[in-house]
Amino acid sequence: MITVLVFLPLLMAAIAGLGGRLIGHTAAKALTTGGLFVSAALAWTIFTGFWLNGAAGYTVPVLDWIESGGLVVNWALKVDTLTAVMLVVVTSVSALVHLYSWGYMAEDPSQSRFFAYLSLFTFAMLMLVTADNLVQMFFGWEGVGLASYLLIGFWYTKPSANAAAIKAFVVNRVGDFGFSLGIFATFLVFGTVSIDAILAAVPQHAGQTFSFLGGQVDVMTCLCLLLFVGACGKSAQLGLHTWLPDAMEGPTPVSALIHAATMVTAGVFMVCRLSPMFEASDTAQAVVCVLGACTALFAATVGMVQNDIKRVIAYSTCSQLGYMFFAAGAGAYGAAMFHLFTHAFFKALLFLGAGSVIHAMHHEQDMRFYGGLRRHIPITFWMMTIGTLALTGFFFTAGYYSKDAILEAAFASGTSHGMFAFAVGAVVAALTSFYSWRLVFLTFFGQPRWAGSEHISHAAHHGDHHGDHHGHHGHDDPTAGYHPHESPVSMLIPLFVLGVGALLAGFVWHEQFVGAEGGAAFWRGSLAFDAHLMHAMHEVPAWVVHTPAVAFFLGLGLAWHVFLNRPSIPKWWQREVPGLYQFLLRKWYFDELYNAIFVRPALWFGRQFWTRGDQQTIDRFGPNGAADVVVAGAATLRRFQSGYVYSYALVMLVGLAAAAAWMMR
Amino acid sequence: MPVLSLMILLPVVAALVVATLPGGEQERAGRARVVALATTLVEFAAGIWLWLNFDSASAAFQFAEQLDLFAPYFGWSLGIDGIALMLIMLSVFLMPLCVLASWEAVRKRVPEYMAAFLLMESLMIGTFAARDIFLFYLFFEGGLIPMFLIIGIWGGARRIYASYKFFLYTLLGSVLMLVAMLWMVGVAGSSDIGVLSRQDFPAEAQFWLFLAFFASFAVKMPMWPVHTWLPDAHVEAPTAGSVILAGVLLKLGGYGFVRFSLPMFPDASAQLIWLVFALSMVAVVYTSLVALVQHDMKKLIAYSSVAHMAFVTGGLFALNTQGIEGAMVMMLSHGLVSGALFLCVGVIYDRLHTREIGRYGGLADTMPKYALVLLFFTMASVGLPATSGFVAEFLVLLGLYQTSTWATFVLTTGIILGAGYMLWLYARVAYGKAAGADTGAMPDLSAREIAILAPIILATLWMGIYPKSFQQPMKPAIAAVVARLDGRELATVPTDMTLSPALPALAAPANAAESHH
Repeated sequence: MITVLVFLPLLMAAIAGLGGRLIGHTAAKALTTGGLFVSAALAWTIFTGFWLNGAAGYTVPVLDWIESGGLVVNWALKVDTLTAVMLVVVTSVSALVHLYSWGYMAEDPSQSRFFAYLSLFTFAMLMLVTADNLVQMFFGWEGVGLASYLLIGFWYTKPSANAAAIKAFVVNRVGDFGFSLGIFATFLVFGTVSIDAILAAVPQHAGQTFSFLGGQVDVMTCLCLLLFVGACGKSAQLGLHTWLPDAMEGPTPVSALIHAATMVTAGVFMVCRLSPMFEASDTAQAVVCVLGACTALFAATVGMVQNDIKRVIAYSTCSQLGYMFFAAGAGAYGAAMFHLFTHAFFKALLFLGAGSVIHAMHHEQDMRFYGGLRRHIPITFWMMTIGTLALTGFFFTAGYYSKDAILEAAFASGTSHGMFAFAVGAVVAALTSFYSWRLVFLTFFGQPRWAGSEHISHAAHHGDHHGDHHGHHGHDDPTAGYHPHESPVSMLIPLFVLGVGALLAGFVWHEQFVGAEGGAAFWRGSLAFDAHLMHAMHEVPAWVVHTPAVAFFLGLGLAWHVFLNRPSIPKWWQREVPGLYQFLLRKWYFDELYNAIFVRPALWFGRQFWTRGDQQTIDRFGPNGAADVVVAGAATLRRFQSGYVYSYALVMLVGLAAAAAWMMR
Repeated sequence: MPVLSLMILLPVVAALVVATLPGGEQERAGRARVVALATTLVEFAAGIWLWLNFDSASAAFQFAEQLDLFAPYFGWSLGIDGIALMLIMLSVFLMPLCVLASWEAVRKRVPEYMAAFLLMESLMIGTFAARDIFLFYLFFEGGLIPMFLIIGIWGGARRIYASYKFFLYTLLGSVLMLVAMLWMVGVAGSSDIGVLSRQDFPAEAQFWLFLAFFASFAVKMPMWPVHTWLPDAHVEAPTAGSVILAGVLLKLGGYGFVRFSLPMFPDASAQLIWLVFALSMVAVVYTSLVALVQHDMKKLIAYSSVAHMAFVTGGLFALNTQGIEGAMVMMLSHGLVSGALFLCVGVIYDRLHTREIGRYGGLADTMPKYALVLLFFTMASVGLPATSGFVAEFLVLLGLYQTSTWATFVLTTGIILGAGYMLWLYARVAYGKAAGADTGAMPDLSAREIAILAPIILATLWMGIYPKSFQQPMKPAIAAVVARLDGRELATVPTDMTLSPALPALAAPANAAESHH
């Protein structure tokens, strides 16, 4: 069953990708979407087995892969509760996104390619979550990176899309650099890359030290931090986050699937999968916790001032991933996975809702050109509102359960980094509420403002079927005679399904994911589940329990006041504190900084090495120099023939050897 | 049946036939192509036969032939172990593809061109099959001559400069190697490679012998800073010349290290790892950055080859099983992938007659099949898992990590830089908009071109998903090399290379470590 579940999307991707021209768009779309729904059905079957029937974990071997000396790596599919949760998230969101794309991508000439990439991505993600060893996890890790690269750059004639695609891949490679070193070091210490064997041997190695880059360091801390670098890359944590907002160049269904619900959560999944290792190092846990909290804060501040609807949601994703990490760092892996689970529903809902708005607004993504859309696209409006309620943690929605669990766990952990994370998390909850409701108010409330949009005026001029019953419209008509339409039903069904998930997922499953009794029985050792912490969570002071609700209303009220009640306030801020505004708008100047210290120096060094190094040093004193000597020598020292070449070689070698001998003294 | 001798002699005979064909210019060219293709296909079939009949459990030289000529100092002595087998397979696999790639691209003096290629094939097989050290030397150096001619006669505008540079560099080291060989045979009293591999030369002598061989192999590899001949040679060589250069000739250096340097001078190898690591570390960072700023496609891929070859040297001198096996897989993988990348460049060069990256763009629209193939090989080059490049890089770095964390740290940056220059190249060629009307008008891959590239795709995937098929025959031979190296004292250098290569050397537990503070 698991084999079919994982490989069906690959098969369909191959058919749609290689044979798309042959079988036509409709067949390609039907095959990939059908395949994904089959996989999703299987995933729910497996998940139900773990949820209700207490099924035991198992591993299905597929094929030998790499063997060398003591290293044995196999292709194998590992299934336990943790995997089952991820299977459900990945296949469900993927199936819905496939369906949604029927409507969203209806006019694209390369639809088959798009659907093939989506299915390919799903396959890679499934390989990642079913990995029974670190190398296969790395395979999935790079595979989703490839699919992400292809999908971000899907509209490859746009230079910005190409740049974003390369950036995503290369920044992720920086993470993979850490991940790779982590795997090598893990193999050195444990002598295996099998996850089960590693986790079983963790206690033996806790507290040991080994040599790394010339220094003696704690083994578990070093391993965890190296692996965590990989997690930071994939999950866009502070420092390696710069690719995620740019990734919004990809089509919106991609953002929903890859850059909200699944791929970016791979880092959280990895930390949870290897949670016994992180448990063995307090330092590593503290780093994970603090960095997660900082990311949550950073992304939330930037999200408050962005104008592009997708970028706001992207920063929101980045921020929520920070929540998941600080939960993991506080030792509440169940809570981290719970937030991952609920976040998948409401964030995919928000992205697909945003896609519906963008679809209605002819690819205009700037919220300054929205306004008053709730009357035009009411279904989208209501679905987005549900998503926002869940994201901001309104009572009894999915986010309410998971975010509360994270904040309470951070507080209850009693560590200093846990307290720090709690304080930051509470502030971020208010910021989240503020920027989320800002998005809703700017998009759906107030007056229409799209007359100035290039996309809209383009659409209105080329398709006068929208404005014909209006007759003449003057320059002061804020709608420019354009009336947005609700999306087709194939796009609305996924919104409904995700909306149900966003409302109910927390209520239904909170006992399993973070319950003190139910949790241990549910996870059954697939992650380091701390029942004491979960007990402590329920005994935190009342003010801690009420903090998220206060944050919610604070943010909502402030957003209402600033964007609906007194719309002049944002302008006033922009005018009066331009430094702060620019700092946030330019995303804390990370891109500028990285350009200045990495990209430009790399190119400069490349040019220097090439011209000064290869051409003006090596070639000049090497072959060209030898040629000059030979030519000159031939004139004057004809009897030595070409002896110079040999003596040159000898001199060079003797020099090298002398240098070597000297250095080895 | 002396299969190896036949495999060496058949292309020579075919080359003579091709060169002396009767008829007019056109007829001769047509016949030469057919004869060359048929010969290379027969060679490939013979290679398959070798592989199928090869005993993968043995480290011994198989299909051995012995004809004493000047015993004990020279003999026609052939035989292959797993390492030689796989490199011969690589050569005979690429050869027919090279002939096909030259089918239409080469129009000048076709019979002579095909003869040069056939001669090259013979010399390559001879190099890998030679069991006598002087016979090896003859084939090894002889291989230069056809390549020199291919670049010098059928090359681009600066072909004379490039071929001169190529010849000068490669000749440079080999003279020293010959002197070293003479001394070694004098001491050991035998020119048999197997005997020499078991000979324990004094540590002092090993040091100088190692350096003499190093001079030759480092140039062939090429290692930094003796790499500058490679970009020029690639740029000027015709497409098929580049494929053989990258696919097979570049493997001679690595083959030399694993066949001679490691087993014959194990103490010197262990003592000089710092030299190899330092050059490899510089090479990866330096040439990757240089590749980043290239405007010429072939130069970019040539510089990336230097970086990949640094992984080979890094892996070999990790001196453990994973490192050496990884280095061998890297050689095979690089032969396939960079050979295919040069073929890909050749495809569009044949259409537009420029290698300038800026003249392309938008090929994903106009040549979708080509864009897909190029994407595949780009990803294989950056070592995406499930392609051969990943298995190679992973094993090399995993092995190297056990010997030196610093070297691994620096070499691993190659995966970031490699992604940078390859994806940027791909974006400029395949994405965006066509640079000109002529770029947009290029036709997509022809059936012949697909027939050339498809086998390499399959081989790359096979090696990436089930590398066992390729690793298995090499394992006993590599185990023999590792056994020679086992227990040699490693150089202590200012980094932390104090871990012994075979054991996960963990320092004392925490309480012991605390007492130091």
